[in-house]
Amino acid sequence: MTNSDAHVEGQQHPLGIYFKIWGLLFVLSACSYAVDYYHVESYLRWTLIIIFMLLKAGLILAVFMHLMWERLALLYAMALPPIAVMVFIALMSIESDYTNATRGIFFGP
Amino acid sequence: MTDQSLSTTASPKKSGWESFTADWSSDQRTFKNVPWGKAMMWIFLLSDTFIFSCFLISYMTVRMSSTVPWPNPSEVFALSFGGEPIPLILIAIMTFILITSSGTMVLAVNYGYRKDRAKTAILLLITAAFGASFVGMQVFEWTKLIVEEGVRPWSNPMGAAQFGSTFFMITGFHGFHVTVGVIFLVLIARKVWRGDYDNETRGFFTSRKGNYEIVETMGLYWHFVDLVWVFIFAFFYLW
Repeated sequence: MTNSDAHVEGQQHPLGIYFKIWGLLFVLSACSYAVDYYHVESYLRWTLIIIFMLLKAGLILAVFMHLMWERLALLYAMALPPIAVMVFIALMSIESDYTNATRGIFFGP
Repeated sequence: MTDQSLSTTASPKKSGWESFTADWSSDQRTFKNVPWGKAMMWIFLLSDTFIFSCFLISYMTVRMSSTVPWPNPSEVFALSFGGEPIPLILIAIMTFILITSSGTMVLAVNYGYRKDRAKTAILLLITAAFGASFVGMQVFEWTKLIVEEGVRPWSNPMGAAQFGSTFFMITGFHGFHVTVGVIFLVLIARKVWRGDYDNETRGFFTSRKGNYEIVETMGLYWHFVDLVWVFIFAFFYLW
């Protein structure tokens, strides 16, 4: 049994879903550009940016990269390790707050 | 070889968490029903995720810890076509170009599995052309920033010096990924066009028979490049 025999059908899906997701990605990109264009500021700006970003990333991963059709063994092998990145982000944001505070004390006015 | 074939294909009875634990606790191949090239590409992409995460986290760190005001990207990357400068317009166009190229890539994968040689090759070449135009716009953006705005990796006239270093580092590394992607898209398009995957011609480098799965593996890389841009666009340009 060769490698390719086990998965002759591959990742084949109807074209319609690709076109729908494609359109959705355009809309979401336009939305995130609109956030900047209309000068939405502060917390609303950051929330909207993050929401549109995560939606786009999720759609690309799930549909274009076929993760929603892959077996859970592969899905979780790719989805779980980035949790370490989340921890890293938390650590570094605490650290940079501290650096910023000490800079304010020692180099401030 | 019955035993081996049993362990490389998935058990149809199991689903959900049961399939997860069964796949990971099986002795031989964890990623069942997945060609090895695709599994390796995913593992590479995971490592690349960590590289880009480190870049973006270091950008976050220097930006949050800087006491000097950060340059406003909306103004820095504004472009005027004769009239009022439009904020971020070039970056928006680049974003749309990359998304368009992702769409043509996904179509190429689909037509590849249908063994439609001509359509696959043409769609791959269109994807490569979009990628090349993306890199071209990035070159334009860099030139404008370096020559007209005087941004350097160590200083810039608009504010915090770290703006230049993180900008050139992050977008440069992403642009490099796009460039490599364009080269491989053209190479694979040539092989598809020649019919290498229909005739099972052996590759000149690996001496292995290829098949249309390589188009999907290539697609994974290309969508990843788009995915990274989504994060760069949000965190660097819009924040």
